Amino acid sequence: MAKKVVIDPITRIEGHYSIEIEVENGKIKDAWARGDMFRGWEIILKERDPQDAINVTQRICGVCPVAHAMASARALDAAFHIVPPDNGRIIRNLIAAGNLLHSHILHFYNLVALDYVDITAILDYKGNDPTMNNIKEWVKNEVKSGRNTAAAPFLPRYKGDYIKDKDLNLTAINHYVKAFEMARTAQEMIAIWGGKMPHVTGIVPGGVAENVTAEKIASYLYRLRKIKDFIDTCYIPDVTAVAKAYPRWFKIGAGYKNLLAYGIFELNNEGTQTYHIPGAFIDGKLENLDQKNIKEEVFYAKYSSPTGLHPFEGETVPDPNKPNAYTWVKAPRYSSKPMEVGPLARMVITHVSGKRSEVSNLVRDTLKSLGLDVSALFSVLGRHACRALELKIIADEAEKWLLELKPDQPVNTKYEVPKESEGFGLTEAQRGALGHWIKIKDHKIERYQCVVPSTWNCGPRDDKGIRGVIEEALIGTPIADPENPIEAVRVVRSFDPCLACAIHVIDPKTNEIRKFKVA
Amino acid sequence: MRLTRRDFIKAAGGLGAALLTSPFLSKVAEAIEREKKNFPVIWIQGQTDAGCSESILNTVQPTVVDMVTDIMSLRFHQTIMAASGHQCISVLHEALKSDEKFILVVEGSVPTKDEGVYCTIGEDENGRPITFLKWVKELGEKAMYVVAIGTCATWGGIPAAEPNPTGAKPVTEIIDPKKVINLPGCPARPHHLVGVLAHLKLFGLPELDSKRRPMVFFSRLIHDNCEMRPFFEKGDFAKSFGEKKCMYLLGCKGPITYNDCPNYQWNSGLNWPIRGGSPCIGCAAESFIGSTGNGIYMRLPEAKVPGIPGLKVKADKFGTIVGAATIGGIIAHAMGRVLAHKKKKEEKKVEEER
Ligand code: SF4
Ligand code: SF4
Repeated sequence: MAKKVVIDPITRIEGHYSIEIEVENGKIKDAWARGDMFRGWEIILKERDPQDAINVTQRICGVCPVAHAMASARALDAAFHIVPPDNGRIIRNLIAAGNLLHSHILHFYNLVALDYVDITAILDYKGNDPTMNNIKEWVKNEVKSGRNTAAAPFLPRYKGDYIKDKDLNLTAINHYVKAFEMARTAQEMIAIWGGKMPHVTGIVPGGVAENVTAEKIASYLYRLRKIKDFIDTCYIPDVTAVAKAYPRWFKIGAGYKNLLAYGIFELNNEGTQTYHIPGAFIDGKLENLDQKNIKEEVFYAKYSSPTGLHPFEGETVPDPNKPNAYTWVKAPRYSSKPMEVGPLARMVITHVSGKRSEVSNLVRDTLKSLGLDVSALFSVLGRHACRALELKIIADEAEKWLLELKPDQPVNTKYEVPKESEGFGLTEAQRGALGHWIKIKDHKIERYQCVVPSTWNCGPRDDKGIRGVIEEALIGTPIADPENPIEAVRVVRSFDPCLACAIHVIDPKTNEIRKFKVA
Repeated sequence: MRLTRRDFIKAAGGLGAALLTSPFLSKVAEAIEREKKNFPVIWIQGQTDAGCSESILNTVQPTVVDMVTDIMSLRFHQTIMAASGHQCISVLHEALKSDEKFILVVEGSVPTKDEGVYCTIGEDENGRPITFLKWVKELGEKAMYVVAIGTCATWGGIPAAEPNPTGAKPVTEIIDPKKVINLPGCPARPHHLVGVLAHLKLFGLPELDSKRRPMVFFSRLIHDNCEMRPFFEKGDFAKSFGEKKCMYLLGCKGPITYNDCPNYQWNSGLNWPIRGGSPCIGCAAESFIGSTGNGIYMRLPEAKVPGIPGLKVKADKFGTIVGAATIGGIIAHAMGRVLAHKKKKEEKKVEEER
């Protein structure tokens, strides 16, 4: 008989997310993914000054604010009929690169690693690193205290097949600590151009606010190089070591294998050329991207607004009591298909496009050294690998872009807020395809819609009852012990979910909480 | 030498927030270790974007690891903790049952509409989701102190902005405000949290203003110590982003925002918004985003900011804003300067035409 397991909340992700799974014969048979928080950003944006959108939408997510700033700025640029000058475009790319460095490193070490690394291995530490010894002493004393919450927040944890190799555990713990320093350094790289981070003030319509000086270039460069060292000597080797320790995780969590990417890192000021190639990868074929194919369905989402709308017509009317609905996340579809977004989508699409030889070479060499073929990328470990490889590529490119900056040249283009207009901005957040759509009337925002990466990945079934991307990826995942469903959270975390723009809900009037009538 | 509560406040108040640089805080951290063992901290997140948590991770000295091993015993924080699901919720239930004292940190606003269903964490024994509202009330009741971290938790922030679709409220409207310490800012700043935790541990409640903000960090306006102040005095204003002058005409909210950014800049002291060529957007101010009439780049006399005399005033929930008169004065000065500047320009133009 199938056993229902609820994991609420899923921790070590951004935002409020939970899943309900049905386990039968040691495998996940069905899954429902729920976003547990709603704030109503799109409603709040109405009637405001369009320029405010850049700052307001950043607060959708404190981990990827820059991506929202970028999508918003691009939507405004389009609606205001302006393009940034070279410096403005390049600095925006450098800010986005900083955010990528911050997020991928933090994700692997500080969010994901505890699913694999055995933190208790620290008790065996014999070296003389003061920080490691400090942690060792602390864990020792905590364990002695006998509290249930001893060594919190690292314990308690699910029982599971953690890494047994002592040296690998100790190396990973050491890098877990270093990763905080790297993430902070990446935030500094953003602040050099953005004024502060989280939530930059320096991205403005038509470009950026901060000027170019040699001092700032140097300040960014040496931080970038420090992180590049970390990528080469820690991140890539650690991901490879985990991959070798858990080979079966290259076969788990594939999902639909349909991918969507909007492209990012503009190479011309009009934004028609990007380093990462935009596209839709459906049934093994790469198509050109057409944003008109995007529709959001809401049959299972807690909204009373009409279903199947394109984001330009998008509406967000919350209805916590809507029958059958189980989440605050909408179900976006591209040509009616659920699509995975994120580093896996970006790397595969850019690779398959054949337009960036360094990406293709790196992907091929990595797969070869692990004895795998491309299909292995569609998996839990494949997603982690794509993230690491992407970071290496972008860190290298960022150094080239940085050196294209020209002091004393303008960083932004002047503009006026038009009386009536519309525009959209497509970009990539660390977690995948991100788009903002704006309509302006009487110099004010008439309509604003964001379709965020986590809506694509974490959304529910669509109107036809076809599962969302993570829901599908969970199907077939082995669960050794339903009391300790560590395998399920490994699948979910491989997507790096970021739920700040979503939610699930109960009917406050009845006790019937989750009666999903799934078609 | 042992610092007493008095010494601390005197030193901090007398020398200003500049004193609270990292090495100082790290001394405080050492002192904490000498004094007592780590106190339990339970950090819950409601209508937040996790930006405040991300910001705290940027702490330099003490480091994140120092904080976890030496300053607090971080029992619950959803973004960091190993446990998921029931295991992690059991930590909260345990805190409610045991008599151990703890500090509650609340990040994000609290949705109250429709009984708070807009944010839930975990579920009860009947499989019914538990609202964030309930957690804040129950844990807040038991907590020794409650730190409201960030503008969302302090004032309601963007979720509570007009039209406030979810009935979002700040922490002080959910639990007894006498326990609460407000750390506004979007996001809140690492040294503010470290400073408050250190103070609570060593000397108890720090000195707070009428809105329960620690005086050491929030007693001065951005405008008071702003590096563009000489330009303001001369009436030399930036006309576009990136001009390194006074940002008043671009909508700078420095004259109504209490925070210490000019003294202690962001991200290891590398930059801060005004130095970075953009106006202060007032992210720590009560009015942040607030009403649709309060645009980020709207000049102050035109922006509808509650509590500022002579403007379209909305009643201020907490009473009068500290230093409201000064703010009126600042605006009057700026207006005067802008007009004088214009006049000069016009005169010049007339001269040229002759
Ligand atoms: S105050 Fe700002 S950074 Fe903090 S939770 Fe709210 S939106 Fe995020
Ligand atoms: S108005 Fe703004 S930029 Fe000008 S002096 Fe005051 S705080 Fe500084």
